[in-house]
Amino acid sequence: MNNLLMALYVVVGVPAATIIYVALIETLLGLLPERTRGRIRPWLWLAPALLFLVVFLIYPMLNTALLSFYDAKSANFVGLDNYTYAFTDTDMLMAFRNNIIWVILAPLIGVSFSLVFAVLFDRVRYEAIAKAILFLPMAISAVAAGVIWRLMLNYQPTGMPQVGTINALLTALIPGFQPQAWLVNPPLNNVALIIISFWGSVGFGVVILSAALKGISPELHEAARVDGANEWHLFWHITVPMLSSTITVIATTNVIGALKVFDIVYVMTNGSYGTTVLGVEMYKELFNISNVGRASAISVILLLAIIPIMLRNIRAFARQEEIR
Amino acid sequence: MTPTTLPARERHTAFRTRLARGFNAVLLNAIVIWICAIWLVPTVGLLVSSFRSKPLITATGWWTAFAPPYQFTLDLYREALSANNMAQSFINSLFITIPSTVLPIMIAAFAAYAFAWMKFRGRDLLFTIVIGLLIVPLQMTFIPVLRLFHDLGLTGTFPALWLAHTGYGLAFSIYLLRNFFGTLPKDLFESAYLDGASPLIAFFRLALPLSVPALASLAIFQFMWVWNDLLVALIYLGGFPRVAPMTVTIANLISSLGGNWQVLTAASFISMLLPLIVFLSLQKYFVRGILAGSTKG
Repeated sequence: MNNLLMALYVVVGVPAATIIYVALIETLLGLLPERTRGRIRPWLWLAPALLFLVVFLIYPMLNTALLSFYDAKSANFVGLDNYTYAFTDTDMLMAFRNNIIWVILAPLIGVSFSLVFAVLFDRVRYEAIAKAILFLPMAISAVAAGVIWRLMLNYQPTGMPQVGTINALLTALIPGFQPQAWLVNPPLNNVALIIISFWGSVGFGVVILSAALKGISPELHEAARVDGANEWHLFWHITVPMLSSTITVIATTNVIGALKVFDIVYVMTNGSYGTTVLGVEMYKELFNISNVGRASAISVILLLAIIPIMLRNIRAFARQEEIR
Repeated sequence: MTPTTLPARERHTAFRTRLARGFNAVLLNAIVIWICAIWLVPTVGLLVSSFRSKPLITATGWWTAFAPPYQFTLDLYREALSANNMAQSFINSLFITIPSTVLPIMIAAFAAYAFAWMKFRGRDLLFTIVIGLLIVPLQMTFIPVLRLFHDLGLTGTFPALWLAHTGYGLAFSIYLLRNFFGTLPKDLFESAYLDGASPLIAFFRLALPLSVPALASLAIFQFMWVWNDLLVALIYLGGFPRVAPMTVTIANLISSLGGNWQVLTAASFISMLLPLIVFLSLQKYFVRGILAGSTKG
């Protein structure tokens, strides 16, 4: 009940407070001469947001970078020790290998399948429903998806009745098929995790691709058809090039997701059986081992891997603004 | 040129093309329906299993439930809600999610308005920083923020999550709203200012009402992101079951239940209920938000 009151205060109180804040600064600004007013106003409107960004993102990032050069308790400077550990420890090397597998496979699977799905769905009348079905898992948390897929991938030894959908289906369809422990056997288990995460996120790619498809003028395809191009040519020489910027967005989103991946691995295998990734290793260093220095170093490595994408996004935005 | 006026041979070719097209259409529909089925089966499997009894789940596949004798039961839901802290977790999830959705949008709206309609030195640089912050791995922030919360006595409390989610959700909210405000017609604001309206009036009377669709998309996004979040809750709430949202409770059950794992099916479905309702009823805004947030090319 106490919590209910507090939540109520926050939901009603904070918007009220922000409105009062802005009303207040506007009244105070009214006392200033016109020129100064225009110069100060934007900063006062930005102040609450900037405060949050500095406290929760910018300052912590700088602090974490610093902590990565200190020991487990942040007491003594240890130079590059944490980084040496990160690039030599067996579990960490495994995590690097797996993140590389994720970064290669996730965009590959993500882009190719969402492209095929979007093009196929574009030709049926029930496109909206089909898209909604692919989209649905986006509303499902990685934790619930973990439970869903444990059930799908359930494994019983050969000869026992298979209650996992995939093993049951394969045993029924393929004579002599040996049921697989999908989550235990490397390297298959990594691929299984990537496919599960793809199942959850494909809706994003399909939705933006199908919107972009609608933007391609049908005359382009007609003209090519008149010139004797077949559907295959149309796909590769018109559809794909016209969608290239959307494809880049999907690939980048998948790469970012692959670098940051945590939930699905944590829930499905907790990084066991050779499936660990940087996100899971960072969590373990922080909570299981309480080594702040190493946890920070892993975070910094993650950030460094993401910086090229960050710069690309900024450049793309600058270009877009020039057009505008 | 109708087929009836064609000579026999051409009529034959036309028939063959039509046949080929018909075959293609059947194939196309078959493939699309297959894809949809594959995407639905995992979730349906969970839903069906959650209405079966524990021994049945372990003995036979969920698909056998569709053959008589029909043995559906609510036992797993009863157990999940009573024994495993799920009812409390559901309420915790609500407590965490609602303020964490309202706060960042409110704060971002003012900032986005300043970015879109006010001129000031360093505006472009500052907005570029916001774009950079969009994809920062949250791991980079956990340790200092955790220490801050510890000093303030906030670890393991809801306000810690409200503040953290506000900080983490702001960059995307500012980005999306600024882009939306930017597409509103410039004349509208100029004439309002000429009529003597203050920025405050322009913000509340023009910008906000015109941005309801964008605000709705953003609210749905932030709601889904916070409701489904596991990592941030794990970090700042620690292991206290009293304040754990459903994602944390279920994740803990996965590792602790062992032979009793069948309860997870009902627990997961309870956790999916609200986002699925939100998604199904407000899908339009969700799609719109995705399109607005992703067109950065």
